[in-house]
Amino acid sequence: METKVISANRLEDGIVVYITKDNNWSECISDAEVFNDEAACDEALSKAYTAEEACIVVGSYLVEIEQKGVYYNPTKYREFIRVIGPTVRPDLARQARS
Amino acid sequence: MSLIKNNIIIRDSWNHLDDDTPLSAEGKVIVSLKRWQSERKLLMERQEPLGIRLKSAEGAEMISDDLAHFDLIALEFPIFKDGRSYSTARMLRERYHYKGELRAVGEVLRDQLQFMLRCGFDAFEYAGKTIPEEAISAFVEMDKFYQTVGDWGRT
Amino acid sequence: MYVYNLVDQSLVNQRVQQFRDQVRRRLSGELNEEEFKPLRLMNGLYLQLHAYMLRVAIPYGTLSSKQMRALAHIAVRYDKGYGHFTTRQNLQFNWPKLKETPDILADLADVQMHAFQTSGNCIRNVTADQYAGVAVEEIADPRITAEVVRQWSTLHPEFSFLPRKFKIAVTGSKRDRAAVRVHDIGLIIKINEAGEMGYEVIVGGGLGRTPIVGVTIREFLPQQCLLSYLESILRIYNQIGRRDNIYKARIKIVIHELGAKEFTRRVEKEWKTIRDTAIDLPVGEYERIRAFFAPLPYQSLPKNDAGFSHLKFENQDFSHWVRGNTLPHRQSGYSIANISLKPIGGIPGDASAKQMEVVADLAEKFSFGEIRVAHEQNLVLPHVKQTDLYSIWNTLKEHNLATPNLGLISDIIACPGMDYCSLATARSIPLAQDISNRFSNLRRQNDIGELSVNISGCINACGHHHVGHIGLLGVDRKGEEYYQVTIGGSADENASIGEIIGPAIPYDEVVDAIERVVETYVDLRAKNESFIDAYRRVGKQPFKENLYVTN
Ligand code: SF4
Repeated sequence: METKVISANRLEDGIVVYITKDNNWSECISDAEVFNDEAACDEALSKAYTAEEACIVVGSYLVEIEQKGVYYNPTKYREFIRVIGPTVRPDLARQARS
Repeated sequence: MSLIKNNIIIRDSWNHLDDDTPLSAEGKVIVSLKRWQSERKLLMERQEPLGIRLKSAEGAEMISDDLAHFDLIALEFPIFKDGRSYSTARMLRERYHYKGELRAVGEVLRDQLQFMLRCGFDAFEYAGKTIPEEAISAFVEMDKFYQTVGDWGRT
Repeated sequence: MYVYNLVDQSLVNQRVQQFRDQVRRRLSGELNEEEFKPLRLMNGLYLQLHAYMLRVAIPYGTLSSKQMRALAHIAVRYDKGYGHFTTRQNLQFNWPKLKETPDILADLADVQMHAFQTSGNCIRNVTADQYAGVAVEEIADPRITAEVVRQWSTLHPEFSFLPRKFKIAVTGSKRDRAAVRVHDIGLIIKINEAGEMGYEVIVGGGLGRTPIVGVTIREFLPQQCLLSYLESILRIYNQIGRRDNIYKARIKIVIHELGAKEFTRRVEKEWKTIRDTAIDLPVGEYERIRAFFAPLPYQSLPKNDAGFSHLKFENQDFSHWVRGNTLPHRQSGYSIANISLKPIGGIPGDASAKQMEVVADLAEKFSFGEIRVAHEQNLVLPHVKQTDLYSIWNTLKEHNLATPNLGLISDIIACPGMDYCSLATARSIPLAQDISNRFSNLRRQNDIGELSVNISGCINACGHHHVGHIGLLGVDRKGEEYYQVTIGGSADENASIGEIIGPAIPYDEVVDAIERVVETYVDLRAKNESFIDAYRRVGKQPFKENLYVTN
């Protein structure tokens, strides 16, 4: 299986978040729990759905990532833009990335 | 499912009759357009009030000549996004001057109730999750509108 | 401008209260996302890539200074200090918080604004010619009609759950600046031989997956029958529009499948039965609305002011701006001043809160407090005295709002694309910036002349790529951004859909390719022949040959 993380948008403000090891949600992909096997993925997804029911996040889904040096970057450009913010507004960049 | 009529929850005295459930002599029943077309004579001979149920694809003109036979017309909303029955309702009220009960059935949710009311529905089989008493407040959330619709003699 | 009466105001206020309650129910879990989504969409609230996005309606692109200031205030208080003017004359905020949206809507209601029907399968915010009431060649002011349509379509109980979204545009000029032929319904105001006002009714135009120019189903509809006729069209569409396939749900497909003749027959038949009911507005209501758009208290001024001519003579930059971005006004001595939101290398349509305030101040001081939004994502000060143009220009220049590029190649229409939009397949904005930078030389731009480049980040075509003289559509090719090039589109009275001229090209090669297309035109044009005219004369072949040349 490809390496994956789980992302969603926070319900109250819509900001992009990732599920963390301690079952929280973080705005930083570097805090995200990284999944390498299906079973762990499924389990985490069901936790994410619980978080949806609890009105914490909306629209959770799996994001494929790859390791680039010390960072994990999404393989899809769309997801990469979700990590860094709009590419045309570096002043609003969310996180400095390689 | 609860039935809302005139801003209160009432007990439903009608039965939706499946196409293959035999017709009994008594009771107020709501039948499909198909059943009305095929068992018209039988249904007219019954001495009980009769209702008809139209799917969203079945327009008002399909029953416009028969309106005198119905005490109730139920219009379906298979999903709340299917808005065809709003047109059917207005045509029944405004063009064909139908005065009996016009009931919304199917995915009838709180935030659609006011649109339905304004198109001429006066009874609602509420399918939302919240308590129907709360849904009734949807009728009074707004009282200002631009359109002259649903002008069918409501007092 | 139209001013709300008590009914308008309480309707908007009640709607804010209603949405406040819906948001409360969503945050408390009473509504889940599936149930809430249609409700938030009916109030213009989307969930995009990075955050929510609120699309504020600017009905027919008309704004007051006060309203513009309110938008600036919202940008600062609830958002990140800027907004994006769209091709539907609306404004989008990119970072509102769900829990604060009711407050934003309440602030909008305070200045007679809302976000109704800027999304969802309903009749969307009505658009019109941005030069309404001021264009020299105008036959009648489209704003009266547009306001009538706005009111009629707002929370219409029968037409709020249509098969798909529905867009109406109005123009009162021969010169079509409102792209009426690519809307679900386009209305062109006409005066018949008896001197009565009415409309040519065009139906079934649209962009998106199946771009098509609409067909005229009625040459002349008397004005007082407008609403009953619109209801007839909408009712037929609501009943038979396809609901099984989202890509076939627009009214253009109904017309395609039924044929224009049969569709027209059904509309006319329906209309006969409802035209004498209470749907149509009494004449008095038209007059009540018309009064809001009465001519302003202009001064009587000479056609040409000597001081103004002198300033143009003295200052070449000023004279370029006047020539490029201003137009004659109906009233002698006045001009229409366009404010370009396309600085070289900038983000098309974006305005900072500061810029919004500057424009609001200028409008207040020099333009009877009125501003217009053009579907080309620019702003307009519709009534300014020639003698004020110089100080307006100076202020605009200070705030990077005076690029004299109206209608030129750097006046690019671009949707938000993948930088913001969750539906995007590629980015639009950076490509617009690259093209703008490549053609930054204004002398060169002027030599190229009128040329529209329109960019969409996906097939939904919010960037109107089909009707750009050059259109670019972003597509995804195995995770890479590619762009399909169309040539020969046009949104005006000679509307046409651009032709695809070959396989899509990768991001890095697009600017060079555009340059080759432009050079092809420059080489083959006749004297004073515009890009679109040259294209119509020679066809796509020469452009195609040069587009794919690699060096
Ligand atoms: S065209 Fe596509 S990418 Fe661009 S704004 Fe519209 S939906 Fe988004």
